[in-house]
Amino acid sequence: MAKIIIPSPLRKFTENQSTVVTNGATVQEAILELSEKHQGLKKHILDGESNIRSFIRIYVGDEDINALEKEATSIADDTIISIVPAIAGGSY
Amino acid sequence: MNTIQINDSAKKVIQEDGIKTFPNECCGFLYGKDGEIRSIDLAIPVINDKEGDQRRRFEISPLDYMKAEKYALENDLDLLGIYHSHPNHPAIASEHDLAKAMPFFSYVIISIRNGEAHEIQSWRLKDSERIFEEEKVFLPQENSVI
Repeated sequence: MAKIIIPSPLRKFTENQSTVVTNGATVQEAILELSEKHQGLKKHILDGESNIRSFIRIYVGDEDINALEKEATSIADDTIISIVPAIAGGSY
Repeated sequence: MNTIQINDSAKKVIQEDGIKTFPNECCGFLYGKDGEIRSIDLAIPVINDKEGDQRRRFEISPLDYMKAEKYALENDLDLLGIYHSHPNHPAIASEHDLAKAMPFFSYVIISIRNGEAHEIQSWRLKDSERIFEEEKVFLPQENSVI
């Protein structure tokens, strides 16, 4: 089964698990399944219309899904999906 | 109020990175152990990947972020936060810092004024209200609480 790597700031919503397995066949299915299983995660990853939030990047291996087939990117049993929060800011 | 203890070597890394990068903003990862008092034992600088004015903005690339998570897992550390500098500005979290803040992380800010390191403050997102709460910063060698 494919694995989803949970970033440190969101692990409190997955009982401190750093990885979660998924049955999804696409990135979208995997993320939706994860969000349903771990409700606290949902608001941090998905917007009100269940789209991935703009400040969350999803990687399949080392590839940004935006360079692949976005949420429709298919995943295999050995796929590793990473949820990557945008880290940015500034003084004023 | 949460308390964060930043050990001397991590503090020096943050100060030196802020001075070296001035007048631009520096940034990096903070590792250690979480507990009643969050302990920062290691600070590792990372490239400010922001395109545009780095004097008032920073950004960490997704690939660098993924490497940081991997480093924590491989070294049995917790990735506990991010530091960055505010050149010629106080170490107060801004609306830009808040906009993309994640829960759990400590956002440590150092003020660098005219190339010299000044105060260090730390902020953590209060998730329910989406506001920053200041953390009490404990710097052991100076035996002082800011």
